[in-house]
Amino acid sequence: MGQKTKQTTELANKERRSFLGKAAVATASMTLAPGVIFMGMAEAKPPGKPADEKASDKNRWGLLIDTNKCVDDCDACVQACNFENGLTTIHGPETDAQWIRKVKIRNKATKKISYLPLLCQHCEYAPCIDVCPTGASFRRKDGIVLVDKHICIGCRYCMMACPYKARSFVHETITNQVPDVPRGKGTVEACTMCVHKIDRGDGSTACVDACKKYANGAIIFGDLKDPNSNIAKELTTYQSTQLRPDLRLNTGVRYRGI
Amino acid sequence: MKYLKTIFSMLLAMLVLSAVPALAGEDLRPELKINRDKGDTCVEPVEIMRKDHIKFLLHKRDETMREGIRTKKYSLKECVNCHANKDDQGKYIPVNAPGEFCSSCHTYSSIKLDCFECHATTPRESTTWHPADPDATRKGAAVDMPNKQTTTN
Repeated sequence: MGQKTKQTTELANKERRSFLGKAAVATASMTLAPGVIFMGMAEAKPPGKPADEKASDKNRWGLLIDTNKCVDDCDACVQACNFENGLTTIHGPETDAQWIRKVKIRNKATKKISYLPLLCQHCEYAPCIDVCPTGASFRRKDGIVLVDKHICIGCRYCMMACPYKARSFVHETITNQVPDVPRGKGTVEACTMCVHKIDRGDGSTACVDACKKYANGAIIFGDLKDPNSNIAKELTTYQSTQLRPDLRLNTGVRYRGI
Repeated sequence: MKYLKTIFSMLLAMLVLSAVPALAGEDLRPELKINRDKGDTCVEPVEIMRKDHIKFLLHKRDETMREGIRTKKYSLKECVNCHANKDDQGKYIPVNAPGEFCSSCHTYSSIKLDCFECHATTPRESTTWHPADPDATRKGAAVDMPNKQTTTN
């Protein structure tokens, strides 16, 4: 019952949000008073930050992936990522950009096979940022590692430095980009942890949504610094690991079951 | 000899100048296609926007990308949302297509327009993805299907 009430409230809030969003836009086109609009947006989106506020180091966004729930023959997260970010196939998997890929691993001793999505781990001490000669690779205050494509020269040092092979190079001229995700030839790119969705206050990423909706909900998104967040509680309660913990990169993406 | 040169160049200048009024009769400035349904004013007065739009965009781009400030004013996405026109079939025309809002001025003033090597030229119409959606691949999802690859060589 309590669950149901919560769901209903969430739905109502969602509707209220979209209504307020529209109302704010309508006001914008009439009065052109940005200060007023964005206060309105702030009220309308409780989980995210207001649009005019900077990303802050009070948050650290992260993902927790339960490999026990990740199954073979499913690429919902990959497809959702491709759609959300407008990644199109051009010359096939060898050269196409891959922001998230399904990996099959096998424990040599026990023969146990696991599947997991591998993506940018959003390291605190990111090797890609260390090696970038122009400062294009950077880490936002809230822990998201991004590429500033305006100053990326496409040298691909970061791709060499990344222990997870998480970054891709854009070889071809790109058309039909998604407005929130600019992409262009000659630059390096990787998972942005759906930064546009986070800033919007969606409170999830495309892969998390898809896995929850079409598969087993193996991925959880949340704020690692908020002790009351779902992800922080899970990490406190159950065993989890970073990939290559020996590198001590303090990744924002954690795994369980491997 | 020196005088001859001066006289000659003066004559030439006169010739050129006399040709100018003939050209001035025809207004060569591009006619901007502006969708008035979205409102009659931009985020700043026209004179300021004409001169300084790139300053606003440059400032905004760093704020948005580095700090996550995603206000709509001066955002390139909002420029495109307002200034992309639709064709007869109701399909969006890219803002950098010949004769469209961005390109008409940039062609006239012969200033290279490189925003759209990376940025979207039309607003996004479909935002939800569904695995059962047969259009998912057509709309741009790269799906791991070997037979779907398109190779040019």
